[in-house]
Amino acid sequence: MFDLQGFGALLLSGATVTIKLALTSLVIGMALGLLGATAKLSNIWLLRKIATVYTATMRGIPELLLVLFIYYGGSILLMTILKKFGYNEYVEISAFWGGVMALSIAFGAYATEIFRMSIQEIPIGQHEAAQAIGMRPLQTFYRITLPQVWQIALPGLGNLFLVLLKDTALVSVVGLKDIMYQSSRAAQSTQQPFTFYMAAAIIYLGLTMLITGFMMWLEWRANPAARYAKKLSRQSTHRQSTIG
Amino acid sequence: MDWNWQVIFDSLPELLNGAVLTVQLVVVSGIIGLFFGLILAQLRLSKNWLVQVLPFSYIFFFRGTPLLVQIFLIYYGLGQFEAIRNSFLWEPVLSQAYWCAIIAFTMNTSAYLAEIIRGAIQTIPVGELEAADAIGMSKWQKLTRVTLPRAFGIVIPAYSNEVIFMLKGSALASTIALMDITGVARTISARTYTLMELFFAAGIIYLLLSWVILFSFRLFEKRMNRHASYVPPDVMTNTVP
Repeated sequence: MFDLQGFGALLLSGATVTIKLALTSLVIGMALGLLGATAKLSNIWLLRKIATVYTATMRGIPELLLVLFIYYGGSILLMTILKKFGYNEYVEISAFWGGVMALSIAFGAYATEIFRMSIQEIPIGQHEAAQAIGMRPLQTFYRITLPQVWQIALPGLGNLFLVLLKDTALVSVVGLKDIMYQSSRAAQSTQQPFTFYMAAAIIYLGLTMLITGFMMWLEWRANPAARYAKKLSRQSTHRQSTIG
Repeated sequence: MDWNWQVIFDSLPELLNGAVLTVQLVVVSGIIGLFFGLILAQLRLSKNWLVQVLPFSYIFFFRGTPLLVQIFLIYYGLGQFEAIRNSFLWEPVLSQAYWCAIIAFTMNTSAYLAEIIRGAIQTIPVGELEAADAIGMSKWQKLTRVTLPRAFGIVIPAYSNEVIFMLKGSALASTIALMDITGVARTISARTYTLMELFFAAGIIYLLLSWVILFSFRLFEKRMNRHASYVPPDVMTNTVP
């Protein structure tokens, strides 16, 4: 059943596009999430409102609609702006960057909530202590808040990244040559859709497993206290066994 | 670019027709998915690892691959097999985009729900289950009177999230030419070149739908967890607060 008839390389080239898209959207989405969380927790009313509207709308709109809206709408918008400057040619934003924009906006909306909750979980006393010893707000953020937020937010962010990876398949609808697009092409030319969509599914599963493993490693790394406790307990059992 | 409000009003009836299909897809697959999710969760919690393997791999597959792949696998993929094309299910069900979408959404959501329900069942305090055993409930009684009602109370917030995800996922039905909200918006915009307006209108309808879902689940959650806010009647004045 699993005769890929020479389309294997094509599928793998699709996989690299998918990975590139997912990683680029992850980076921009994380930045959007941090910005959103900062806005939600700020003292300025307008910023809080903007962030609330952002998360409330983007979490209720289908990602597919967002992808279509940004890909087609973005091109129209760009052309209108260029026309104002006297440039009348046809322009189009690339499927890749349209996809990056759509996916990172969606990712950012969910990440905002995760970051906000993680920041709120840090006891306010730590912030006050940092102020008391004279740290500047930015220093407090980098030295006190961020390392802890990272540890609390990691599991949630990992899940979001898995969702993001799966959402990358939607960008094939606007013609990005990712796994989905390439397997559709292979399915059409070989008339064996099940084989090739199953192959695509298996590649996605492999990527999912890879990310899950990587997240477990990151979570282990982000929690030095737990690692140290484990090391201590191992040492103590070792000592007991040598005494006994 | 001129913003054309008129086209939004003109296509509103068609968009609302699409909304009916979207709601249908979500409700039908949501209910069947919940049913299968319950069974899968029960199997997943079994102590026999041979029983566990099947639901585990099912859940792993459907949570680890994009919904789009699953839809294509069912709608385009199944036709690859002669046996399926000749079966009695082909003509009325498996060659219909509508039923393929329902099947894909149901299978997808039941995998997610199974994990949610399993998590909820595991957070029920052991003492409550032991109490059910102690007063001599049968296995079935324990399940229907203690485990499931308690699990539902715990599961509702996560379930409402899952329904919202399904609402968003239902937009993928438009990729197999179904006329849900997204499908209608894509079709009309291809005809009238008013893409921004129609996608905007579709987005608003999705938002409204998701707010309705969230709001009704919040009411339902209050009702399911009403034991948590129970205040005993005041004996002195004989009034119920």
